[in-house]
Amino acid sequence: MSGPILVFVELGSGEAVGTPDRVSLETLAFARSLAEGLGGAPVEAVLFGADASVAGPGLGAHGAAAAHVVMDTAIVGAYAPAAWGAALAELAIARGAVAVIGPGTDRGAEVLAHGAARLGMPLAANVLAATPGASWSVTRQRWAGSLLEDGTLDAPVRCLTMAPHAVAVDERPGTSAAAVAPFAPTVSAADVVVRVMGHEPPSKGSISLTDAKVVVGGGRGVGSSAAFSELEELAGLLGAAIGVSRVVTSNGWRPHAQQVGQTGQRIAPDLYIACGISGAIQHIVGCKSAKRILAINTDAESPIMALADYAVIGDLHQIVPAISAEIRRRG
Amino acid sequence: MRVLVCVKRVPQTGGRIVLTADGQEIDTKFLGFTISPHEECGIEEAVRIIEAGGGESTVLTLGASAAEEQLRDAMALGIDRAVLLETDGSEWDPVSTAAAIADTIRAQEAAGGTFDLVIFGNESADSGGFQVGIRVAVALGRPVVNGLKGLTVGSGSVTARREAPGGGWETYELPLPAIVGVKEGINLPRYPSVPGRLRAKKKEVERIPVGAAGSGPVGAAGSGPVGAAGSGPVGAAGSGPAASSGLPVGPIKALLRLPEESGSQVEILGRGAEAAPAVVDLLQKLGLVAR
Repeated sequence: MSGPILVFVELGSGEAVGTPDRVSLETLAFARSLAEGLGGAPVEAVLFGADASVAGPGLGAHGAAAAHVVMDTAIVGAYAPAAWGAALAELAIARGAVAVIGPGTDRGAEVLAHGAARLGMPLAANVLAATPGASWSVTRQRWAGSLLEDGTLDAPVRCLTMAPHAVAVDERPGTSAAAVAPFAPTVSAADVVVRVMGHEPPSKGSISLTDAKVVVGGGRGVGSSAAFSELEELAGLLGAAIGVSRVVTSNGWRPHAQQVGQTGQRIAPDLYIACGISGAIQHIVGCKSAKRILAINTDAESPIMALADYAVIGDLHQIVPAISAEIRRRG
Repeated sequence: MRVLVCVKRVPQTGGRIVLTADGQEIDTKFLGFTISPHEECGIEEAVRIIEAGGGESTVLTLGASAAEEQLRDAMALGIDRAVLLETDGSEWDPVSTAAAIADTIRAQEAAGGTFDLVIFGNESADSGGFQVGIRVAVALGRPVVNGLKGLTVGSGSVTARREAPGGGWETYELPLPAIVGVKEGINLPRYPSVPGRLRAKKKEVERIPVGAAGSGPVGAAGSGPVGAAGSGPVGAAGSGPAASSGLPVGPIKALLRLPEESGSQVEILGRGAEAAPAVVDLLQKLGLVAR
């Protein structure tokens, strides 16, 4: 039988403290299907932090036979990317792992990059599918998913991160608990130099772009910082958040925190009202998970129309205030 | 202070990606090129650090001869000097790229002193490997943190800020010399001035060939996994510079393809302001405004 597949499981913070992150559970589901292709290789989770031994057993339902927990406070007192990556690499060698997989989150990508570098192995980021063999075939995302790459990963230890939401969480209640095994890595002082030194809580009150049910989006067609007042009025009436395309933040019309796209936020509202947005791929990857898209644009041939469910053709500066007025009239 | 910023030339994709017939790359016949977005902010950050505290900024890229355009763009924004690790234009995997950059940093530092800060983008816009900066840091034994949206230079250290999982912010402190990966939003990059463009045109770009087998700085520097081999890029033969030293490289690209489109059918609700009642009908139907 082959060595295990190690899966780095990220535990949530804030309100979700100690709970495995959703993309990590998706990664376990992916590892479980991969294990079948490897003749039943065991899936083993790797967790860091004081909550790890609590969260560990429950990962059995997600396919983990074992949960290696790292609880040494010098390492896990605060997130320390180099130390966590080094620990993952050490465990991969100790267990004779055939693969090390992590979630394609900020931390997952960072820890796996450190781990792979320590192991001297390549890393395939944001993988969608993998087929084991002498050399593994992998499909991974480029351009944040606007383009796919079919390729090969040829290494004794295959290091991957999973693209978020590429596979569904696969929880099978009633499966036996994962056996918790404490792991104490040898970590040098240099590895814990970089660690989280402080936290600032999120600012309260404003509607979060990623949680909003309706997002009113503005692009180049809005034309100026001042003209966003028209979109703000509509957003206020709908209880919506404002989202913008990259050109808007590059021009300094709106803060970068409102950018939707490859280098901004990924949103999934019930309705996205895209005003004066042509639909560059950079923006599309951020808004394509919206349930419905209403495009307001002067150009009926713009790329956004290929994605939109509804459209109004014309000048947003006339249309958006007219919609607000109509909502008021009926209210 | 000496600051190095590493950038990548990428196609300026608009609304639609078109691939070449062999599926090996994006068809760029009708496209311009740009610096990968996170790295544009890396350049701005480097320029601001040197403006505030003095010193010298350098921009480095690994790519085809044409990547000189992006190096001159960086110098037009205020970067002092440029280094091009010139390939034959074929794609390099992250392991080989990081090894070549680490070796170049060693060679540049031997000649001109340590780079106090090396700035990467969090990930490249095109291949999105999320690893080159970290690999370089591991090779050089320097502290590194990725994903930064705030950076403050102190004496002998930098304070860094990034979004925490689940909301809010977390802070890090790194002793110098250090390596950082920045994200767009850390600053608002300036536009180049006309005098800046003219100055950049006249400046020298240091070209170091790495694209042909057995050539390049990598072999000459004689350090790191690549140094031993000094052979060509990965891709064609599937054996890259790092491969001949025994370390696996990759992932190796075989083919690019476009994801399947859901193919939505757009319903035109109307034209101009007269469409407002139809839009509000829709909003009511979706339960987003009260009936």
